[in-house]
Amino acid sequence: MERISSKHTRPLSPNIQIYRPQLTSVLSIANRITGVFLSACAVVLVLWLAAAASGPDAFSRFQSVIGSWPGQILLLGATFAFFMHLCGGIRHLVWDTARGFELRQIYASGWIVVVASVVLTLISWLASMLIAGQS
Amino acid sequence: MDRYRFRSPIGRAIGLGSAKAGFEHWWTERVTAVALVPLTVWFAASLIAHSGSGYEAFIGWLGSPVTAVLMILLLIALFWHTALGLQVVIEDYIHSGAKIWALLAARFGCFTLATVGIVATLRIAFGSWAGV
Repeated sequence: MERISSKHTRPLSPNIQIYRPQLTSVLSIANRITGVFLSACAVVLVLWLAAAASGPDAFSRFQSVIGSWPGQILLLGATFAFFMHLCGGIRHLVWDTARGFELRQIYASGWIVVVASVVLTLISWLASMLIAGQS
Repeated sequence: MDRYRFRSPIGRAIGLGSAKAGFEHWWTERVTAVALVPLTVWFAASLIAHSGSGYEAFIGWLGSPVTAVLMILLLIALFWHTALGLQVVIEDYIHSGAKIWALLAARFGCFTLATVGIVATLRIAFGSWAGV
């Protein structure tokens, strides 16, 4: 018995190739992309907890992997993704209260999300380096 | 908030509306999101505050009762939120027979990871590590 293919050969209306990217659409897909990326980071979080529970040797091995330069790049990306998803998510929660739907407000809140994500990432990394330098 | 305000009484009585969970998914995603705002900020701030500290000090903090409780709450909220988020992403992009397997894998993966994280936190809190 043949399975009916879910892929049709009818032509589809071009959207991504035609529609100019705007702050609204870019931030929307960014929230999804950061969310999926953070899901992968959640795996690393659990591995980190398991390493911590397994004793100092396992933990220091884990820390040295994170401390390597690819690990640090990953951590920086994860930090930025986290703040972007957090700020974008809060923007969504505000919308869910039926506030902030004027176009000016949408663009204002959108730029706040972008700026806040960058600033929070920088602040957290600077704070971490300062505190690590003191111990 | 009475979640049944989103359906009319007659709709609920006749059984109209989504055949699946419908509103439940949307609402739970928001509830877990609200919980995650303070929990993740607490976690990130704690990690930053412990930058450069040694293993003993770090485990001492992680194993303290308040931290362990918050950590477990974070794991529950995080993996519940993640499971719901991955579900909609999978439903949006996979339409073949692989969809159901992807959905199962995502959900089972989240449950498993949450359990591993909770067990690890409990082991740290009750002071025994592997092999000791």
